[in-house]
Amino acid sequence: MKLTLGWLKQHLETSAPPAEIIDRLTAIGLEVESVHDPAAALKPFSVAEVLSAEPHPNADRLKLCRVRTNGGTVQVVCGAPNARAGMKTIFAPVGSTIPGTGLVLKPSTIRGVASEGMLCSAREMGISDEHAGILDLPASSDVGQPIAVLLGLDDPVLEIKLTPNRADCLGVRGIARDLQAAGLGRLKPIDESAVPGRFKSPVGLRIADAAASACPLYIGRLVRGVTNGPSPEWLQRRLKAVGLRPISALVDVTNYFTMDLARPLHVFDADRLAPGGIMVRLARPGETIAALDGRTYELDGEMCVIADESGLQGLGGVMGGAASGVTLETANVFIESALFDPVRTAATGRKLGILSDARYRFERGVDPAFAGLGMEMATRLILDLCGGEASEPVIAGAEPTWQRDLSFRPARVQQLGGLDVPEDEQVRILEGLGCGVSARPESLDVRVPSWRGDLVEEADLVEEVARIAGFDRIPSVPLPGLPQVSRPALGATQRQVRLARRVLAGRGLVEAATWSFTSRKLAALFGGGGADLVLENPISAELDAMRPSLLVNLIAAAGRNVARGQDDVALCEIGPIYADDTPEGQGLAAAGVRRGRNQPRHWSAASRDVDVFDAKADALALLAALGVAGDSLTVAAAAPSWYHPGRSGVVRLGPKTMLASFGALHPSVLAALDVKGPLVGFEVHLEALPKPRPKATKARPPLTLTELPAVERDFAFVVAASVPAEQIVRAARLAAKDLIADVGVFDVFTGEALGPERKSVALAVRLEPKVKTLTEAEIDAVGQAIIAAVGKATGATLRG
Amino acid sequence: MQDIAELEGELLSPVAAAGDLEALEAARIAALGKKGRLTLLMKGLGALDAEERKNVASALNGLKDRLGAALLDRRQALEAVALERSLEAERIDITLPARPESSGRIHPVSQVMDEIAEIFGAMGFTIAEGPDIEDDFHNFTALNMPPEHPARQMQDTFYLRPRPDGSRKLLRTHTSPVQIRTMESRPPPYRIIAPGRTFRVDSDQTHTPMFHQVEGLVIDRGIHMGHLKGVLEAFARAFFEVEAVKMRFRPSYFPFTEPSAEVDIGCLRQGGELRIGEGQDWLEILGCGMVHPRVLRHVGLDPEEWQGFAFGMGIDRIAMLKYGIPDLRDFFEADLRWLRHYGFAAFDVPGLSGGLSR
Repeated sequence: MKLTLGWLKQHLETSAPPAEIIDRLTAIGLEVESVHDPAAALKPFSVAEVLSAEPHPNADRLKLCRVRTNGGTVQVVCGAPNARAGMKTIFAPVGSTIPGTGLVLKPSTIRGVASEGMLCSAREMGISDEHAGILDLPASSDVGQPIAVLLGLDDPVLEIKLTPNRADCLGVRGIARDLQAAGLGRLKPIDESAVPGRFKSPVGLRIADAAASACPLYIGRLVRGVTNGPSPEWLQRRLKAVGLRPISALVDVTNYFTMDLARPLHVFDADRLAPGGIMVRLARPGETIAALDGRTYELDGEMCVIADESGLQGLGGVMGGAASGVTLETANVFIESALFDPVRTAATGRKLGILSDARYRFERGVDPAFAGLGMEMATRLILDLCGGEASEPVIAGAEPTWQRDLSFRPARVQQLGGLDVPEDEQVRILEGLGCGVSARPESLDVRVPSWRGDLVEEADLVEEVARIAGFDRIPSVPLPGLPQVSRPALGATQRQVRLARRVLAGRGLVEAATWSFTSRKLAALFGGGGADLVLENPISAELDAMRPSLLVNLIAAAGRNVARGQDDVALCEIGPIYADDTPEGQGLAAAGVRRGRNQPRHWSAASRDVDVFDAKADALALLAALGVAGDSLTVAAAAPSWYHPGRSGVVRLGPKTMLASFGALHPSVLAALDVKGPLVGFEVHLEALPKPRPKATKARPPLTLTELPAVERDFAFVVAASVPAEQIVRAARLAAKDLIADVGVFDVFTGEALGPERKSVALAVRLEPKVKTLTEAEIDAVGQAIIAAVGKATGATLRG
Repeated sequence: MQDIAELEGELLSPVAAAGDLEALEAARIAALGKKGRLTLLMKGLGALDAEERKNVASALNGLKDRLGAALLDRRQALEAVALERSLEAERIDITLPARPESSGRIHPVSQVMDEIAEIFGAMGFTIAEGPDIEDDFHNFTALNMPPEHPARQMQDTFYLRPRPDGSRKLLRTHTSPVQIRTMESRPPPYRIIAPGRTFRVDSDQTHTPMFHQVEGLVIDRGIHMGHLKGVLEAFARAFFEVEAVKMRFRPSYFPFTEPSAEVDIGCLRQGGELRIGEGQDWLEILGCGMVHPRVLRHVGLDPEEWQGFAFGMGIDRIAMLKYGIPDLRDFFEADLRWLRHYGFAAFDVPGLSGGLSR
């Protein structure tokens, strides 16, 4: 919402300086976003008198002027044909910046004669396109008077960021009223007298039953014998100041009332309306209207239109039609002051893509009690500017009931707002806003004014009092009942997330935050892409589906980094993944990708390509840090389809619960994401992890340490190549549970000596006796038990 | 019988002269070996009479001891030299680079979320969560945004495709639905924050279709805007790690709060640097207000008994302000160079006792 300070003062009697008005506007919730002072650029320029204008001695078209300025009499070389002795015009001193050209004026010598400044045209001042000659100011202008003041351009323009609830402030008067409530002045009265009708309007009016809710009230009035033309200077200046283009007096009046009083109006050329009068109705589906913006719109049956027998003449509350628009030739004008339903107006504007000043106001709610007075005021201004004679108003429908009394307890301001505002001040504020206030024993009865459709309950009045009294009066108070030592703010899963993030970063993975979206095509590659997770209105086709896995965006991110010359990538993310559109379908995962070499090239050791065991190590380390490790986990080569089928696996807890997957990515997935390997990844499903249960004690189980020596023995087994190493290890470990502390795999090889489809797997078994030192015989017995157990479980034999 | 003193000289001098362990061993064998001169003399003792044997044995034993000591000394000296020599041979260039270690980073949004949790945790808040894919009721209706509200228009909200029954889910446009879910899930009082992802159909210089917010909700008996002010001022001081933060509460409008305010913090822009808390400029950091009675009624609470405040703050935005990050869009680019520069070390765990940041 734009307005000028001068315009505001037309409604507000105030002595407050501009800076105070601006600060207070923001303080009461009418945030001043910007202040533009057009006078700033015109500051150097003032009125001067041309004392003499002689021909230039060396140039036919130039004149040599002696000019009286506020800085004394100077000599100026001027090319304007209209420069003449005795005229008042604008003088630009040396050193000033000419607004129209942006150039700094320098002292110059023109054709051998010194020029100590410049006489300016309107275009050079940036105030119009007029450049036929220098500006010819009234003879009564005083030499030295600032140009901005003389031209009325000393009025600062404020831009206010209005919140959507304040429809009443979409007119300058509403803003003035808020300032009145804030004690910054008094609202000036407006002329509420009616303009007597001289005759009965020949233009009839009817609202179709179906449109009764769309347009509850329509007031029309004919003014005949008008002379349309440019509107007066003051009106044009105001419209221009707030960014509107003056068109003609009749049109400018409607725009002026829209901006001044938040009362949208429309004017029809009555001679271009069909004789049968005006009908407000809903559009027939498929009907079209050529609107004033020069475009043609196709309507649906929900839209409210103004029609006559020949067709559509306006889109109710949105825009007028071109066919009956007023022109400079218009002699008889039909004025519309109506009420249109906010929801329907918004829907119509949205569907047609029309954002007009009328729509903007109607969809936020126009004062339902002001249509009649608005009509009287508009009629009066039109008669003043264009002459003519007004008919009696024609009224269809009726003013809807808006009267509302709210019960208001002044104590609630303290209870909700926390600030102390004496009751008489509260009453003053509410009355200043236009409320009627009457006292009851326990509370106040507040009659809400017609223009404040946003005030519907007590809390709304608390806000009104608090904001006008000023939020800076609210004291700052600590929350009651703060614990001496706070309890943890995080739940079990949140703690896991926090830990996971730092564990992964500690392993060298760089945490990213990527979109929750991906493309439907890529989602399908990762088990998603279902219709229930596709966006209706994505910002692009690349981001039209919810991601089923973190890997898809991490792999893409790895690719982008490679494209930027970062060949070795280690990225991770902890975030949401989506299996369906229910709250339960949202999962929480921690994933990482590694791409390229495992480490930079180094003089001491060769680097290698990242491989599946890097990803497996990440997954298992994360699970271990989150308290899931060891015997409870099994690893199986059963990873989802987006992994390399032979170089990937899943980690399960028990037979069913899949905690994690890891591996090299499927080459076709990498190709679809346009990323070159080697690339491995893992994904841990945090919500699948067992939740740590609250324990009765934090004490650890007791630890028994012995001095008995541990023993290591190696076993090399030959086994079918298809037997998983984990099976061998597990069998060995279980062969003597009490003694075997650890089983490692220290060598795996295949070779012709072993025979086809055979491999050798070498285990290092560590025995830790707890009761007594093991004898050789006992060690041998354990060895035999291991060999037997592994043999039984896997068919392996000890390598000879 | 050779003079013992003469013999001692003859036996000790090769020990002293031995330049390496072999020469020393030869000297030892020459004296103490099976056929060594001292060994032979000791063997010959039997042929002497008792008195003489006693004297000679004593002298020879003394010599043997001194010889042993000399051999040991010399051996240690030679070994020290040999060790020194071999260590010298092992000298390498210690200016070569150490073995590489990879270090990861924590994303600034995660770090700032942890900082926020620390501060509000100390004020007795717990963390609540809700789904990113929301329904119309929780995201709008329950928050006092009826179907015709402008915020529900297509240009702001991401919608999923309609289901067969005509209903359609959406991506939450703010974290406020977590207020509703929290109040639906258990009885009051409430003191929660809810950080998370939020989504709007917006993509330009300063907007991304996904961003992060943190919601705050306090509902209890007798909670008013003064408490809201107190909490937010305490937060701003702690978060920006300054003694005082100039703050301004501006009346504003949100459908789900009444009264509503936007909060600006004072800042100073100087030479491309932004200082928070002082100065003449204002930066908007959050929206807040007293929870609207209609919102309370929607979840079955009596506004005459229960009241309180809510706030919503952009996490990315305050991260940008605190850590001087210029462009929001970079947050979601996963550019390793950016993440390494603006990210945090794994061990930089924010805490109130040790400080939020270095």
